[in-house]
Amino acid sequence: MNTFEAIRLALGTIRTQKLKSAFTLMGVCIGVMFLIAVVSIVNGMGRYLKDDLVGKLIAINSFELRHRPNINMGDVDAATWQEYQRRKRLRDYEVPAVIEALPAGTRYAVVADAPINMTSSFGGGPRSVRVTGVEGAYFDIKALEVSDGRLFTPQEYAMGTPVAVIGPDVVERLFPSLNPIGREVRIAGLPYTVVGIAESQGSAFGMSFDNVAYVPLQAPARRLFNAEANMIDAVIIQSPSEAEMTEAMEATRQVMRMQHQLRPAQKDDFSLQTSDSALAFWDKLQGYLVLAGVALPAFGLVVGAIVIMNIMLVAVAERTSEIGLRKALGARRRDVLAQFLVESSTLGAVGAMAGVALGVFLAFVMRQVTPLPTVVAPWSVALGVLVGAGVGIISGVYPASRASRLDPITALRQE
Amino acid sequence: MTNTIDDIGISTTGERRAVVAAPGVAPGKDWVIVARGLKREYDMGGEVVRALRGVDLAIGRNEYVAIMGPSGSGKSTLMNLIGCLDSPNGGEYWLNGQLVSAMSDDALARVRNKEIGFVFQTFNLLPRATALQNVELPLVYAGIPADERKRRATEALDSVQLGPRLHHRPNELSGGQRQRVAIARALVNRPSILLADEPTGNLDSTTSQEIMRVFEELSRQGQTVVMVTHEPDIAAHARRVVVLRDGVVESDERREKFVDRVGIAHATTKVAHD
Repeated sequence: MNTFEAIRLALGTIRTQKLKSAFTLMGVCIGVMFLIAVVSIVNGMGRYLKDDLVGKLIAINSFELRHRPNINMGDVDAATWQEYQRRKRLRDYEVPAVIEALPAGTRYAVVADAPINMTSSFGGGPRSVRVTGVEGAYFDIKALEVSDGRLFTPQEYAMGTPVAVIGPDVVERLFPSLNPIGREVRIAGLPYTVVGIAESQGSAFGMSFDNVAYVPLQAPARRLFNAEANMIDAVIIQSPSEAEMTEAMEATRQVMRMQHQLRPAQKDDFSLQTSDSALAFWDKLQGYLVLAGVALPAFGLVVGAIVIMNIMLVAVAERTSEIGLRKALGARRRDVLAQFLVESSTLGAVGAMAGVALGVFLAFVMRQVTPLPTVVAPWSVALGVLVGAGVGIISGVYPASRASRLDPITALRQE
Repeated sequence: MTNTIDDIGISTTGERRAVVAAPGVAPGKDWVIVARGLKREYDMGGEVVRALRGVDLAIGRNEYVAIMGPSGSGKSTLMNLIGCLDSPNGGEYWLNGQLVSAMSDDALARVRNKEIGFVFQTFNLLPRATALQNVELPLVYAGIPADERKRRATEALDSVQLGPRLHHRPNELSGGQRQRVAIARALVNRPSILLADEPTGNLDSTTSQEIMRVFEELSRQGQTVVMVTHEPDIAAHARRVVVLRDGVVESDERREKFVDRVGIAHATTKVAHD
């Protein structure tokens, strides 16, 4: 029996029995729809975290040497957290040895930051701004440019000149109707001259990346970042490639272990945070979410399977004389079996395709009404259709085997 | 076993004598059907119904045979056995030189596909398929490629004057046309026998005559035809009438001279059974 013909026959059955087919297809359809939608939403969340959040915080092929990770997605238990609290802070005198050990072509930046109140005599009241003291190739690594004015000169870095590059949110608050370039801004009361306006970096989860100000690390605000002036928060290191980044990380680890005088058995008491390590928890969570996204629709599919089985049993009963005729004309058991299996898997696949269409539509609606960039995963579409057809086959096995075992004489006699 | 093929002969025409010497040897090519001591019993909830109690029957190539008998005589059972839809409990059945009484289900399906063309009382066409698709069905199971299927099915429908009705569905055809589609379907795989079960049972007398003319024409062209009927005037079209009663052959007569229904006397000969 030709498969194509069997599929056409099955489609004909669906066409002529619209209502019955609609109920048959519903279970599979809903199951597949949720599969596609859930997977695309989870994917969208992942992409949002990677591109919009972590991607903005951690540049490509870069890692951050910190005493503890600053991006924690809820995967830190109490013991780990206490261990983090006991860790030694990074000190600026530890940096040169690290820089020394890095392979050629590696860029680095030293960073200290804290939320600090900023004021100006031109706009509204004080505003808490994340002020970041930077040194080295910070703006290059972050690919951050100014929309107006300029970045810092090597002299300003070296001298610790009180100059600032401020973010768009700060401009809006402190300089509502003025060009801030060249004007004074106060960081915790210390006077700074605005030399540039950083381009907008957008936001994530409603949190703006534009409420920022950058100053040279050695500038007067330095003592405000941390309890002690020589404490720093991070060394950001960027390599030209992923392989070289691994090499740079290993070099950094060795130097830091040496400087902290760690014995071989002791664990690192510092963190090398990459975008991967920041996303490790998400990857774990994503696994669970996808599992849930697959498990929940499975209920729909089970219901769909039972309905398809029922419909197929009815179809076998209704078409007993047809089966008898086919056998009389030379259909073997396996021909009859194949016919009904193709029919039930076609039913399942059609339901699955309807589910794919609805799921894709649901994902599209989510993208329009929420900030989640939902992405329909091609594998989930393929899986959905396969699962639909699979459900059809599984639920068709019993009715089909019953059909194939019908005695042709009895079957023929039935009207 | 006493019934060797040598014992079953058609007395008047010497050339039709069987040439099989011993039991268990496949009958020669002259015989399409050779049944020896065919028995079929049904177990109806503890009660054994003996539908066939030992039927001996040999049908030669190009014969036109009607099997008659009252209901319960076993004619339907015999037809099922001849059509390889059922297997006997006892005896041997040779179809076209093959011992089919011992075949497996799949092998029987193949024999039905290749050797037997069924025509049913209720036509048994697939209602949603066109005439052409219905006729193609046996070819589908024979594994014939689509274009050749179409060609052969068209030819078969042409031969029963249904060329212009290829794409009509059964509900768009008259009863006679439906039965002709069924005949085309039966013939499309060039079977050894055309096996008809009450082929005119659902047709009026005019249409019945029309179908009988098709059978006669087929017989003239050399097709072996076996039909089961309880209508004497339909059976009268056959050149040999086998009458069953209580599961055995009651009479078996050949008509030397075939005559139309107007009533000219038939020259009949008993077919010898030992």
